[in-house]
Amino acid sequence: MLDKIGIAKRIAQEVRNGWYINLGIGIPTLVANYIPDNINVVLQSENGLLGIGPFPSEQNIDADLINAGKQTVTMMPGSALFNSADSFGMIRGGHVDLTILGAMEVSENGDIANWKIPGKMVKGMGGAMDLVASAENIIVAMQHKSRDGQSKLLKNCSLPITGIKCVKKIITDMAVLDVLPEGGFKLLERAPGVTVDEIKAATEGKLVVEGDIPEMVIG
Amino acid sequence: MIDKLVKNADEAVRDIHDNAVLMLGGFGLCGIPENSIAALLKTGVKGLTCISNNAGVDDFGIGLMLKTRQVKKMISSYVGENAEFERQLLAGELEVDLMPQGTLAERIRAGGAGIPAFFTPAGYGTEVAEGKEVREFDGKKYLMESWLRADFAIVKAWKGDSAGNLVFKGTARNFNPMMATAGKITIAEVEELVPLGELDPNHIHTPGIFVQRIFQGTGYEKRIEQRTVTS
Repeated sequence: MLDKIGIAKRIAQEVRNGWYINLGIGIPTLVANYIPDNINVVLQSENGLLGIGPFPSEQNIDADLINAGKQTVTMMPGSALFNSADSFGMIRGGHVDLTILGAMEVSENGDIANWKIPGKMVKGMGGAMDLVASAENIIVAMQHKSRDGQSKLLKNCSLPITGIKCVKKIITDMAVLDVLPEGGFKLLERAPGVTVDEIKAATEGKLVVEGDIPEMVIG
Repeated sequence: MIDKLVKNADEAVRDIHDNAVLMLGGFGLCGIPENSIAALLKTGVKGLTCISNNAGVDDFGIGLMLKTRQVKKMISSYVGENAEFERQLLAGELEVDLMPQGTLAERIRAGGAGIPAFFTPAGYGTEVAEGKEVREFDGKKYLMESWLRADFAIVKAWKGDSAGNLVFKGTARNFNPMMATAGKITIAEVEELVPLGELDPNHIHTPGIFVQRIFQGTGYEKRIEQRTVTS
């Protein structure tokens, strides 16, 4: 099983040179730390920044420079600032190459639920619905099972959905899976020490297993 | 040049009336009109509809106006981090209209640009789509969303001049420029009011035509929600 850092490291392997990438809050934010030095990407923050840099030192904190998680950040050389309408123009217009975000549930046809739990206080969807409705390439970072052991990879989402038929790839603490265009989770890799049977048992939706499933290589 | 200068926040918000529809700039606590919010607390105006991406925190930003029960309705994309907000919402004392952040930004932009409606993919197939017209373009489904306009738009900029030209700094820009275009009356508070002619016209983010009142604010607190540093 992978921890959060392991999931972030495995996702970082999916990143290609020259991409503009939007990272969601949580595990996706950690991915930035594990992108290899020879891969040049630009990170987009939907509150209006292209070129997110590392967190600032105590001396360099600027209250006017935050990411979408409201954390203080810095800018890389060559950064650009813009307003929220332009920012979502980049997102809906298909100019962002990869979106990485967390999820509470994903269904076998690629629906994602990550914004609302009935009976709990609704905080709002923020930019998640815009991101999932538009991105060509969406990777979901999540735990395979909920804290009480229920599968989060389902036939149908039980929670209110954020977007339909949009998730392409899922990287969990147990596995790497593609969402097939015709429906179903195709198992690509196992986390170190996790068996195919364990993944089957943890996946409620249709799981497609073809041939030998290799173990992930995490650097 | 037309002079938009007012003395201070009190003068700028003097005629904001009960039940007015306001837009307030900012993302989280970044780039919020601190001085104007403080002035609205003093006038005690009530029944406000506030269009703002977030609702502040318990003791800062719009959260202060929630505490004094001046807000009737919030139109936002994300309203976490606010216990008083939650209490009022659960008690049925506050109306909330939540929408995708890009939809909110574009509805405001459309309001300022004279575009009554547009189609967006965000929210298609979700509860956001309920009751909305759906149309297909090139094989993909989109929702119709309408413009948003306000009686007063209140924005915060870094620098400005008496003609109402504005320059923003960092990610404090966010919703401010679109909101400036969508208010019948737009009030701009700036950290630094500079003499006419000092701002380079090539670098102006919001042209003065959109701004009716401008003043230099004082005592900016610029509170940080998530102070995150490298270890």
